[in-house]
Amino acid sequence: MNKRKSITVAVTGLNAIDNPGPGIPVIRCIKESEIFNSKIIGLAYESLEPGIFMHDLIDKTYQIPYPSAGMEVLFERIKHVNSIEKIDVIIPNFDAELYSFIKLKDRLEEIGIKTFLPTIEQFEERHKVNLNSFGDKYGIKVPASHTINSPNEFYKLPSNINFPIAVKGKYYDASIASNIEQAQQHFNKIANKWGLPIIIQEFIDGQELNVTGLGDGNGELISYVSMRKQYITDKGKAWAGVSIEDDNLKNITQNFINKTKWRGAFELEIIKKKDTNDYYLLEINPRIPAWIYLSFGVGNNIPEMLLKLCIGEKVSPSLHYKTGKMFVRYSYDMIVDIEELEQISTLGEL
Amino acid sequence: MKIKNSIAISNTGFIFNPVSGESFTTNQMGVEIINMLKAEMAYESIKDHIMDKYEVESTAFEKDYYDFVSLLKAYLVIELDK
Repeated sequence: MNKRKSITVAVTGLNAIDNPGPGIPVIRCIKESEIFNSKIIGLAYESLEPGIFMHDLIDKTYQIPYPSAGMEVLFERIKHVNSIEKIDVIIPNFDAELYSFIKLKDRLEEIGIKTFLPTIEQFEERHKVNLNSFGDKYGIKVPASHTINSPNEFYKLPSNINFPIAVKGKYYDASIASNIEQAQQHFNKIANKWGLPIIIQEFIDGQELNVTGLGDGNGELISYVSMRKQYITDKGKAWAGVSIEDDNLKNITQNFINKTKWRGAFELEIIKKKDTNDYYLLEINPRIPAWIYLSFGVGNNIPEMLLKLCIGEKVSPSLHYKTGKMFVRYSYDMIVDIEELEQISTLGEL
Repeated sequence: MKIKNSIAISNTGFIFNPVSGESFTTNQMGVEIINMLKAEMAYESIKDHIMDKYEVESTAFEKDYYDFVSLLKAYLVIELDK
C-alpha cells in the first residue's frame, strides 16, 4: 500500500448554506484522496459558517478578516495561523477574496504557503464587467452586457437590449427583470448588498450548463467535468445536477484554456439557447464551484489535482469521466454546544 | 433512423441522454419499440411484431408510432438523417 503524503491545507468558503461556498465540498474531495493524508485548516469570516463546526472534516478553524480590511491585515492573520499550523497550501474559494490572495502569492510562498491561482490579468480580464471584450478577444459567444452605476441609466441602454434582462452584481447575485421598474428594484437591492457597478445582461432563455476544470497556466486543460443543472433553487443555485459529456462544452473549455492560458481552477457558466442551440458563456468564476464533489464522483478529483499543482507535482491530463452521475444536495442540522460559538466568537479559533 | 449509440435505456423505460443530461421515461411499449429501433428493424417488421403481440388497428399503430418517433426526434434520442 502506498504511503499517503501528509499535507496541511487551509480552505475558505465554509458557508455550507443555501447558497453554498465551495469549501466543504473541496475538503470532502481532499479527504477522499488516496495520495494525500490531509490536515484541514478552516478559514472563516463569520462565526456561524457551518463548516466551523464540522469537526470530522476540519481539524481547526481560524477566523480571518474580510477582504475590505485590506491585504496587510489578512497577511498578518495568515502568518499568525501559519506559525501554529505550518500550512502547506491555501485554497481560497471566494471571488471577493481572490484578488488579495493572488496579490499575496509571493509573500505567502516566502512563509512556505503555496497556491495555484490565476494571474491578476486573467482574474481581471474575465470579470463580468469585461465579458463583452473577453468574448470578442477570444472568439467566445457571450450575451450582450452593459455596466451601469445608476438606476437612471436603464433609460440610456441601447435599443437592442430587450426585456427581459438579467440584472447582476459585480461578484454575486442576479435577478431577471421584465420591465424597467423591476430592473430598478433589482438594481437597488443588488447595489445595496454588493455595491456598484451593476451589470445588465441580455437574457438568454435555455438550458443552464456548467463546466469546472483546471488549467496548468501554459494552455493545457488538466481536467474538466460538465454538468447540467437539474434542480435550481430560488437563488439560481444547482441543488441537483448530472454529469454530461457534450463535445461543444469540451471545445469551449479547451478553447478558453488554450487561449487564456488559465492557471488554476475555474467554472464556466454556459447557457444553451433554446431556439438555436447556440452556446453562450455567461460567467467565468475564477475558482472551484460548490458542486465540485461531483468531480470526485465521476473519477476526476479536481481538488486533489489542484493540490498536486500547488506543490509542484506534475499532473497528467485526465479528460474522461463518467456521465450520468448525479449530485443531489441536502441540508441537515448539527447540534452544537454554545461554548463552541463562544470560542470562535471570542478567540477567533475553534 | 437510428437510436443514438450514447443513449442509455433501461428495461424499466428510463432514457438518459449523456450529451444533454436530459432524462425521460417511457412505458413498456415504448421500450419495446426503442429496442427494435436500436436493432435497426424496419418499420414494417416493427409493425408486424407489435400487431402480432397486441390488439391494435393498423392505422392506430401507424399514428401512434410516428407520434412516438417524432417525440424521440424532438428529444434528440434518434440520430437525424443527414
